[in-house]
Amino acid sequence: MSYNEKLVDHYEHPRNVGSFNKEENGVGTGLVGAPACGDVMKLQIKVNASGIIEDAKFKTFGCGSAIASSSLVTEWVKGKTLEEAAKIKNNEIAQQLALPPVKIHCSVLAEDAIKAAIADYKKKNKFNDE
Amino acid sequence: MIKLLLGDEAKMNKLTINDNNKLIKPIYLDYQATTPCDPQVVEVMLPYFTERFGNSHSRNHYYGWEAEEAVEGAREKIANIINASSKEIIFTSGATESNNLAIKGVAHFYREKKNHVITVITEHKCVLASCRSLEQNGFRVTYLSVKKNGLINLEELKEAITDQTILISIMAVNNEIGVIQPLTEIGLICREHGIFFHTDAAQAVGKIPIDVDVMNIDLMSISAHKIYGPKGIGALYLRRKPRVYLQALIDGGRQERGVRSGTLATPLCVGFGEACSLSIEKMPIESERLRILRDRLLKGINDRLSYVYLNGDLEKRIPGNLNISFAFVEGEGLMMGVKNIAVSSGSACTSASLEPSYVLKALGVDVEMVHTSLRIGIGRFTTKKEIDYTIDHIVEAVNRLRELSPLWEMHLEGIDINSIDFTHHND
Repeated sequence: MSYNEKLVDHYEHPRNVGSFNKEENGVGTGLVGAPACGDVMKLQIKVNASGIIEDAKFKTFGCGSAIASSSLVTEWVKGKTLEEAAKIKNNEIAQQLALPPVKIHCSVLAEDAIKAAIADYKKKNKFNDE
Repeated sequence: MIKLLLGDEAKMNKLTINDNNKLIKPIYLDYQATTPCDPQVVEVMLPYFTERFGNSHSRNHYYGWEAEEAVEGAREKIANIINASSKEIIFTSGATESNNLAIKGVAHFYREKKNHVITVITEHKCVLASCRSLEQNGFRVTYLSVKKNGLINLEELKEAITDQTILISIMAVNNEIGVIQPLTEIGLICREHGIFFHTDAAQAVGKIPIDVDVMNIDLMSISAHKIYGPKGIGALYLRRKPRVYLQALIDGGRQERGVRSGTLATPLCVGFGEACSLSIEKMPIESERLRILRDRLLKGINDRLSYVYLNGDLEKRIPGNLNISFAFVEGEGLMMGVKNIAVSSGSACTSASLEPSYVLKALGVDVEMVHTSLRIGIGRFTTKKEIDYTIDHIVEAVNRLRELSPLWEMHLEGIDINSIDFTHHND
């Protein structure tokens, strides 16, 4: 069994690697997973005044599928509103990268990372939309 | 005349990097998983597939005698390298079958007398699974722990012995970390207590000297494909004096002294025998050559990367194995990054099971460090050129993945990773 081409591309040329200053107001940071489980994802979004995610960055400790999943979602969230980004589902990620069943948890983690980043941004900016 | 496709040993050394230093295919560094057949082994096997195809159990004609002579010659060669008699060698399909046969066979044969078996938590899966099967059948099994260096504590072994103990099964060399258990000392303890000593020596025979008499070994599992022989064949050494009895697992024509029925695979037996002779002949020089390559690899990595940890004892270890944790980098991700070398990882998801290595966990390695480990196995056809390429390749991949790792970033910022409350993810 070899890896899917899109997955390998994201692993070898990960998009948007890096970090924003997490103290900045427009930045939301999501840190999910655990070293003991073999996956840790840090996903950050930068939201502009009109509520659009204008930039995203990630860092991931994990297997190729975890790295590719997080790289992919940084591309997907860019240009989206928080509501739109929150709608990204793990099965879309899994499908795009053709993740095998044992790697589905990587896409779940990527979805969780988006949600965590959005939650952090809203908390910092005192959103009351729940 | 059949011509070999692979050619001679010199050609085997250039399978991955050619004379122009160009990488042709990934460098094979997984010699604990399996080894290629030595071209010399293949050569002696070939006639037994075609013109000398007889059934070694056919007692009444030339073809049978020809095959029988080949099989018995091979049996002799296998016996020779462990100081046994050829009558004590039972051919099997491999070490997994030998381990099943030894453990279940002895326990079931003597079950009216005794019902306790001692083994170690770092044994190969097939030993542990055989012991679990015994437990389901009413036997009691003690699983010894290991020290931080992967070796057993002899005092703990002595304390585990009861008047019900029939068998002690402890592997000679661990398949993940390459550490060598104190066989002579264990054998002595077994003999003193009148307990059978079985050792899974799949990773030991042909790599380190093994003497069944000096070590008081009663049963021993051997595999051909770990020592440059063919896959699909192994052996069980079964002591005759004092005799060890077994209940067979496979019923049939009562071949192999009734212990293992089924027609022998003559070409595989022949290849196995040749592989044994070759490995013992090469052992003194090869061990030293491998040790030099191993030390070069370890030093090359240590010189250029920090936070790198060796798992298992370095001294009491076969020369062809390294098991290294690269902190802050997940092992499976790393394996994908070092795609030009073929290695294995103690991390989850790499094998059929989703659990990270139980062997490394048994050494007390932190679970997160287990996830960062690589097993690197070097062997007969590994060259210095390949080792040097490997050092560069690993260092580059680890550095790249650390740049990608949030744990490395936290470490650089001085954040104690253990202080972070990670959300434990359950899917």
